[in-house]
Amino acid sequence: MAQYVTKGFVATRQGFGEGVLEAARRNKRILGIGADITGSVGMDLFAAEYPERFISLGIAEQNCVGAVAGLALSGKIPVFATYGVFSALRTTDFIRISICYNNLHALIGGAHAGISVGPDGATHQALEDIAVMRALPNMTVVSPCDATQTRIATIACLNRFSGPVYLRFGRAPVPDFTSENQHFEIGKAQILSRGSDATIIATGHMVWEALEAANTLNQDGLKIRVINMHTIKPLDHDAVLKAAMETGAIVTAEEHQVTGGLGSAVAEFITQNHPVPMEFVGMKDRFGESGEPEKLMEKYGLSASNIAMHVKKVLKRKY
Amino acid sequence: MDIESLERVSKIIRTDIVKSLAKAGSGHLGGSLGMADIFTVLYFHALQHHPEDPEWEDRDRLILSIGHISPVLYATLAHAGYFPVEELLTLRKLGSRLQGHPGREHGLPGIELSAGSLGQGLSVAVGMALAGKMDEKKWNVFCINGDGELQEGSIWEAAMSASHHKLDNLISIVDRNGVQIDGKTEDVMGLEPLIEKWRSFGWHAISCDGHNMEDLIYAIEEARYVEGKPIVILATTKMGKGVSSIEDDHHWHGKAPTESEAIKFIKEIEEYYQD
Ligand SMILES: [Mg+2]
Repeated sequence: MAQYVTKGFVATRQGFGEGVLEAARRNKRILGIGADITGSVGMDLFAAEYPERFISLGIAEQNCVGAVAGLALSGKIPVFATYGVFSALRTTDFIRISICYNNLHALIGGAHAGISVGPDGATHQALEDIAVMRALPNMTVVSPCDATQTRIATIACLNRFSGPVYLRFGRAPVPDFTSENQHFEIGKAQILSRGSDATIIATGHMVWEALEAANTLNQDGLKIRVINMHTIKPLDHDAVLKAAMETGAIVTAEEHQVTGGLGSAVAEFITQNHPVPMEFVGMKDRFGESGEPEKLMEKYGLSASNIAMHVKKVLKRKY
Repeated sequence: MDIESLERVSKIIRTDIVKSLAKAGSGHLGGSLGMADIFTVLYFHALQHHPEDPEWEDRDRLILSIGHISPVLYATLAHAGYFPVEELLTLRKLGSRLQGHPGREHGLPGIELSAGSLGQGLSVAVGMALAGKMDEKKWNVFCINGDGELQEGSIWEAAMSASHHKLDNLISIVDRNGVQIDGKTEDVMGLEPLIEKWRSFGWHAISCDGHNMEDLIYAIEEARYVEGKPIVILATTKMGKGVSSIEDDHHWHGKAPTESEAIKFIKEIEEYYQD
């Protein structure tokens, strides 16, 4: 059982902002597009250092995405970030045609993902963005687990990748626990804890909750594998297949609707290759509401204890 | 190219639009015919481009936001030398590089953007124009918009941003044929006063006759000299222009001619150019 220690609580949007700045220092083709909430998504760092490479387009997300396509077609690497409900959902057709059908290297940042957005309530909590973004041909979907990883993932998306990519991150400070020197590869899952009784495949902040759930279960003598599925598309088939074959039961955990998200992606794969019993932790076809992040996570079943409960449930169905 | 030569080219383009659509069995005839003169002036007079080097870095960019009139773009590109004219007869067929709406992944030379979902092209053009400004490039971005398309809200987001960023390297040409699928634009969703709308959004607006070569040449020349503002050319056109029996008939927005209709239409095109 691997032990993870938090270095403190840091919002993943901060990691995103730092990542954009760091990537931009190494590549002057990188540009930022602003849709009015620059500071709130962490892009203020970039805008302050490179005002001539930061383009403000106002509260007009569709136009932002179209302009991103035009910039990418002209040799730039544009970064457009706003709340995921807007960057991914309001603009979906623009992303589908202008970015994905044209297959352009552009980074769409989905900030304020999940219910942990908190007090702003349902309108601003992106809970369907993974489902929609991963359905788009050519699109890559990345959802890192903490601030350090978000910074590293952002740099990877900009400087070691080519193509349309949606990067999802959150608002609330969450445990920052991954290493500065971690090996991060888009499309390659991280096994954070070894185990053979069942596997928890989690994404985003839910990875930390999964580790806590695994710790609790360990006290009952259960050895739980925890996979950080930081890339939802392309899904790491190898890691999922091994989990199904070697542990025989899977629980997925995500701050997203269970419809169409990480759990669906995993299920689509294993049902065709090595079916095992599964449980899905996520939003159950509901809108969120206002409240403090932790209380909301508790209320909607997105906590470590709920994940642990689902592991016990899936184990009862394990052949 | 002189006016007479341009007229000759536009006649061939109109004829090939009819032929390619008849062969395809579906597609948008009316709008394609209506834009034949504008495309002729653009590709045979106004645009800086090299058909033998479609990716030439300093070329003017042409974005077809209304992807459904691809037949006029394809016929023009073919006759300009981008690809063999015979390929026009593969329009809309399985495996063709001539998709119903332009798709870059199919590899047709001269296609700047995969497009066809209305209201997106002007935003893409804004992005290109921003990049051109940033890199101090001399090229311009031409964006072909439809008048019905102007009902999309995103067009006005793009319009606002283009003047905010003083994109005088962006020229939108609006196909002001006054019709859309359901009928007259002013009945479906009124656009007038249209020129005032553009001006109030900070654009330099020019109106012109979209079937008068001289008028078009002059309008584009004026557009190139404007500084500090994006430019829109509201080109009055007739849907189906050149085929007298379908001119201005919105039923021909999204229809292709049958083989026998095509023969008749080509005859009408001959007559149109004799006058
Ligand atoms: Mg029209």
